[in-house]
Amino acid sequence: MNLNHVLWAVGLAILIALPFLAPPYFLHLVIQILIWAFIYTAWSLMGRFGFVSFGHGAFLGVGAYVPALLWNYYGLTPWLGIPLGVAGAVLLAIVVGYPCFRRRVVGHYFALVTLALSQVVLLSLVAARDITGGSLGFTQKAVGHSWYALQFPEKGYFYVIAVLLWLAGLAAWRSIDRGIGREALEAISEDEDAAAAVGIDVMRQKMRVTIVSAALTAVGGAIYGQYVMYLNPETVSGIAVSLQIVFAAIAGGVYSLLGPSVGSLLTLSLTEGLRVWFGTDYIGAANTIYGILLVLCIIFMPQGIVGSLQGMRRRGAIAKPLVTLDRQSATRRPSSAAQ
Amino acid sequence: MDIYLLEAIINGILLGGVLALLALGLNLIFGVIDVVWICYADIVMCGMYAIFFLYAQYHVPLPLAFLIAIIGIAALGILVHLFIIAPVLDSAPINQLLATGGLLFFLQSFATLLFGTDFRNIGVRLPVLEVATIYVSFARLIAFAVALIGAVALYVFLKRTYIGTAIRAISQDREIVGLMGVDQRRIYLVVSGIGGALAGLAACLLALQYDVHPFIGNTFGPVIFMICVLGGLGNMIGGFIAAFVISQIIAIGGYYSSTELSYVFAFTFFIVLMFIRPRGLFAP
Repeated sequence: MNLNHVLWAVGLAILIALPFLAPPYFLHLVIQILIWAFIYTAWSLMGRFGFVSFGHGAFLGVGAYVPALLWNYYGLTPWLGIPLGVAGAVLLAIVVGYPCFRRRVVGHYFALVTLALSQVVLLSLVAARDITGGSLGFTQKAVGHSWYALQFPEKGYFYVIAVLLWLAGLAAWRSIDRGIGREALEAISEDEDAAAAVGIDVMRQKMRVTIVSAALTAVGGAIYGQYVMYLNPETVSGIAVSLQIVFAAIAGGVYSLLGPSVGSLLTLSLTEGLRVWFGTDYIGAANTIYGILLVLCIIFMPQGIVGSLQGMRRRGAIAKPLVTLDRQSATRRPSSAAQ
Repeated sequence: MDIYLLEAIINGILLGGVLALLALGLNLIFGVIDVVWICYADIVMCGMYAIFFLYAQYHVPLPLAFLIAIIGIAALGILVHLFIIAPVLDSAPINQLLATGGLLFFLQSFATLLFGTDFRNIGVRLPVLEVATIYVSFARLIAFAVALIGAVALYVFLKRTYIGTAIRAISQDREIVGLMGVDQRRIYLVVSGIGGALAGLAACLLALQYDVHPFIGNTFGPVIFMICVLGGLGNMIGGFIAAFVISQIIAIGGYYSSTELSYVFAFTFFIVLMFIRPRGLFAP
């Protein structure tokens, strides 16, 4: 317990010191890791309960494109554009999620329906090439340093935004983890009929977690867009980014707070490291190794990296199953929920 | 009726044949092994590359190149099962989906690494037939015919042979079949091999019509899943019909608007239908 606090303190100290010490390129990498960590955490809110969505590419795309388009065409500040984008993503989540849950579209079927949703957004963005620039991508009008436009050429600002965003994502994860809803959702993911029979409002619980997950993903997409100042349908929507989200989250581990973040850290630094290592002569080398690691990870560590490490640590301490321990620690210190 | 619309419809039917063939392979694997190979279209991509290199680079005669590709991809299917599916056979279904998804990443990037992102064509130019002022590509006609023959051959194999009967039995009741003296592991390997061979066959037909590049799987993959789910995962006849429904939506949608929008229509149609019939169009 104390060790955990010390680790958190050290981690935060490093995060605070980083912008003063790290070179810009490194900082750039860290900002990306944090933004994606936030998105992966948002995904894991659903993923951990067995609702494996390949539709987060859709939410990400809507969240990223709506504020960017509104800014370029109407000069609308992202401070209004981002909420509109989030509203769009939530609307999409409701329009697809509600009938899905009502009609009991689960498992493979849910994964494939949401995959189709991602493709719909991707192809719509490409098809509307007169407005979005299609596959060539879309660049926001740059105005230099501006709070109104939420554009900062200096990395420091986005670093702070990314850190705050990431912490907010962790807080959201934890509040669901510690809330009563978690027990309900776990019950639903194990047996929906039984859950309904003991009085759980299945629809309400599922919709709630879906909406939160979609909204946060859209926010992540918007901030990512504001940061890199270039959007491409392929990188913020469609099957590729959806798989990227699912994989990184699963590889890190969806059952633990920091799992998706570790997934983001590892996958992005691996991709980046391999890219630097191989240079541009070997396009694809990085992802080849990445793909192999993913397969190995899923075969040998289905709990994800963090989950497996925790499992080892716990097996060393007390021989009890993971879930039971989590619940005990949750009841033992309810006051620390806001951490 | 507009002559171009008619042409679009005919081309849609012809495209449907190849899609139906792919859906058959995926459905067979799902129905028997209960695993969705999300990388199925990328395995087809491997076959297309094999054909390209054998024929265009090393000047192997085309029929021989086709044969090698079909056998090679069948072997690849067996390897995929042995090394990726078999270890996760007992874990959560979603992990199986993700394991093959990892393979998708691997195949796409490995192809990029080996061959670059260039579009390559095997350079076989088949004539275009003109029937009563309607242009029909000969390559598509062949693809359609071969796809139908392949489907019928698979049907006969499943209905008439001992091992085909065993395969159908497994898809009906996985638990009991072991007691009847059927070796599940062997059946799984056979099915993966057949699934691979169908992917190889589809690769031959697609290589005649399309350029091959590392991400061609992303074009077909999602459509094939959609077809399988629409027909009811594991329901081969349903998938076969669904292939033609979807290819018609794509063809007619493409005629009235753009290619991308026609796919948007198809995917939206799929999503809406899933709400109306969650277990597929032809679910009992």
